[in-house]
Amino acid sequence: MNAPTRAQDSSWALLFACWLIACVSTLGSLFFSEVMGFPPCVLCWYQRICMYPLVLILPAGMFPFDRNIVRYAAPLAVLGALIAVFHLLLVAGYIPESIKPCVQGVPCSEVQIEWFGFVTIPLLSGLSFLLITALLMLTHRRSSK
Amino acid sequence: MKQKHLVIFSACFLLLAFVAGGLLYRSQKSEAALKAYESNKSTFIRQGAPTHGNPAAKVDIVEFLDPACETCKEFYPFVKKLMAAHPDKIRLVVRYAPFHSGSEYVVKILEAANMQGKFFETLEAVFSNQSNWAPNHTPQPEMVWNYIGGVGLDIRKLRQDMDTPEMEKIIQQDIAAAKTLKVTATPEFFVNGRPLPSFGFDQLKDLVNDAVGSAY
Repeated sequence: MNAPTRAQDSSWALLFACWLIACVSTLGSLFFSEVMGFPPCVLCWYQRICMYPLVLILPAGMFPFDRNIVRYAAPLAVLGALIAVFHLLLVAGYIPESIKPCVQGVPCSEVQIEWFGFVTIPLLSGLSFLLITALLMLTHRRSSK
Repeated sequence: MKQKHLVIFSACFLLLAFVAGGLLYRSQKSEAALKAYESNKSTFIRQGAPTHGNPAAKVDIVEFLDPACETCKEFYPFVKKLMAAHPDKIRLVVRYAPFHSGSEYVVKILEAANMQGKFFETLEAVFSNQSNWAPNHTPQPEMVWNYIGGVGLDIRKLRQDMDTPEMEKIIQQDIAAAKTLKVTATPEFFVNGRPLPSFGFDQLKDLVNDAVGSAY
């Protein structure tokens, strides 16, 4: 077995960053629903389904470092990003009423927080997913060299 | 090895931050409610809201409830018992938080009954038949009519009162108050402006006992 190289160390750091983002997003979403009492809408749940497993899957690829982790983690991150983008378009009103998937409970178009006038929960989610996707791609490129 | 420590440390740090954040949020929420109570009681006690008990009591229990909420039904006899344990020292004020779809219709019935001075009788009839008209959290509000016949209400007047714009205003006022006080689930109690530290019968009992102890 080779000792971990420098390049591998920096790839590991990228994965670690992905994991931190996933953890903060997971705990943040739990804070919104469990502490602040905002009920999650259907699209939020779909995004949670993509985000929460990353908290457990990423460490499996970090100990020991496994460059194939990208293949397991990226589909979740990409799918989550797509749902978040859909959610954002819905909130912004670009997607018409009729294809809103939620009829009962909380409407997905409801804006529950708005920090600085533009930061909403789906925006935070979308940023997390896109950042994780980008870092995973970077990890893949670095480690396949 | 160093990497492992880094991950474990981060996980612990994030979890601690989560717990600390939760505690901070809760204490800020309760402080804000208390401030609102001291500066502007009308946020808590709407003029004309259904009240029970001695109007001059020094302890107010403000309860936000939803007639379709099962836990509200469970709490109702408990609140009555608490009031009986401290006769004349507690006044109960009921506010509406119609979070279930269909609840607003029942709230209108209750508020119209309140105008006839029969709010609590009607509420008891609504609660005791809740499993019939709101099975599995899906209220069928029209069914409520079947269960309030015995209360002795003037049904014709009740139906008239339900459809007035004032009724809409009352509901909007209560929903706005719930929003201001960050009521996101029912029932929510405020005892002299203090919210429950965490949800439960015992927490309410302690809060009430403390308030009675310091007021009398």
